[in-house]
Amino acid sequence: MAKVFIYPATSLMLSDLVSRFGHTPLGSSVSIREHIQTPGFDSPPLQMTSEDPQKGLKWAAVEVPSGVRGRMSLYGPLVEEAEAAIIIDEPDLAFGCMGCARTNELLAFMLREKDMPRLELRHPKSKEEGVTFVAQIKKFLSELPGGSA
Amino acid sequence: MSERPVRIAQITCGAEYSGIQNEITSAAETVGAQMFYPDVALADVKTAYKEFGLPVKSPDLKLAIARAKAVVEGKIEADGIFIASCFRCAEAAIVRNELRRYIVEHSRIPVVSYSFNERTGSSTLLTRLEALSTIAKRRELMAREVQTGITMGVDSGSSTTKCIIMKDNEIVGTGWRPTTEVLKSADEVIELALAESGLKMSDIEAIGTTGYGRFLIGKHLNADLIQEELTVNSKGAVYLADAQKGFATVIDIGGMDNKAISVNDGIPGSFTMGGICAGASGRFLEMTSKRLGVDITELGALSMKSDGGEGVPMNSYCIVFGTQSLVNALAAGYKREDVAAAACHSVAQQVYEQQLQEVDIKEPVIMVGGSSLIQGLVRAMGRMLKTEIVVPHHSQYIGAVGAALISSGFVGKKRAEKKGRK
Repeated sequence: MAKVFIYPATSLMLSDLVSRFGHTPLGSSVSIREHIQTPGFDSPPLQMTSEDPQKGLKWAAVEVPSGVRGRMSLYGPLVEEAEAAIIIDEPDLAFGCMGCARTNELLAFMLREKDMPRLELRHPKSKEEGVTFVAQIKKFLSELPGGSA
Repeated sequence: MSERPVRIAQITCGAEYSGIQNEITSAAETVGAQMFYPDVALADVKTAYKEFGLPVKSPDLKLAIARAKAVVEGKIEADGIFIASCFRCAEAAIVRNELRRYIVEHSRIPVVSYSFNERTGSSTLLTRLEALSTIAKRRELMAREVQTGITMGVDSGSSTTKCIIMKDNEIVGTGWRPTTEVLKSADEVIELALAESGLKMSDIEAIGTTGYGRFLIGKHLNADLIQEELTVNSKGAVYLADAQKGFATVIDIGGMDNKAISVNDGIPGSFTMGGICAGASGRFLEMTSKRLGVDITELGALSMKSDGGEGVPMNSYCIVFGTQSLVNALAAGYKREDVAAAACHSVAQQVYEQQLQEVDIKEPVIMVGGSSLIQGLVRAMGRMLKTEIVVPHHSQYIGAVGAALISSGFVGKKRAEKKGRK
């Protein structure tokens, strides 16, 4: 079983696929779920405080916008933990969306820099492309250590 | 029945992840406003973004564009709009600026734009959101063009405290003192203004307070109006400059922060308040005058002896480096008047580069506040904007004039109440 970082980190479909093949998805649901203390289970991460962008300094310098650093405080630890990654380029907003392009660029770079299995795909534009897209993800996940066919 | 809260549409990128969302909400609640995210469908985001025509990569900025369009097109009602994004994000700065311009051009909804970082607190946001709330809530009061009855305005600024007494649309009393203890300084300027006007405190029919000490002084005087300086100053400026109809731009370079306000028919449309560095404020000119051995009131005349001092190397982006430039320039043998003019030019340049890009400059450009009496600064700003700057009479009292003018809106009601009691 491998810990697989998914990009976009909000993609429910990628998260589901990774789980189905016996791995642990690392994405927003993990970082946000762990971050939420109150007031409710479905709250967005509004309880982030000014401390979080400070924590983000580990991955981005002080001249980087605070929003990027705040996001990195959530995703940085997950990238460090990741043993594999799936990166979808130019995803549709409905597929899973991460709001800040600068954070996205930094995350994708960090994932590429890390010595680990990585699958990079373009978001499908048609039904046929969609079938191939899922098949490629399935193959990648199956071949990871501990993956189930 | 309780008053409906002012609804301010929040169009931001990065606020939650910067950890300042609670600060925004808290500042809004303090001024009786409610922040809300304009609700747009995913399909609308794609359409609105394409229609707007500004290609951006960040999905949250595409969402910001869609939200702004939804509010401007009337699909969602809002009393004001707060646009903000992370400081140092170039992509967001372009979107923020273009959205502000779009909102001003296509609607009458007041808008403020701001760039934040994780250190932005609710106190920093308070005045800006208070101004948005005031414009929405008190549009009728803000539309007042003539002062009636006998009213007093007190402006407690970071450097000086000012008082104005007005009677039947005329200024009849003035008071000006450096701010030391907030209440003591206020009492002193009130005494001066009353003495000049020949009136007693019991003659005053309505009182308005503004500036940093507005709440404390307002409570002390039982004021009818306690209002932030953005709306009050702009009102005072267009009143004194006789520019109450049409567009105008008000610039107030203060002791601690600067305000640039775009006004339409006497009501602020968009504004910015900074905040950049002390080097771009009146504080730097105070330091300059001290170093040159002249009183701040003489700095203007000294700087006008020079043609502008543009050859003198001066960078007041930071007050420490600015002071260093000042010392170096004098040591290099530059004349005092050239150094004074260069300091004025440097402050004007900082305000122009850092703040005036956040509002649309429309003539007449009116400069107010104590710094508007420094002729070298006014000249430098005029050259920068390529326009003749208007400095109205009593410009240093602008907040107090605005407060006295707006508070006269309470006179009629108070007279009627008094009559009813008899």
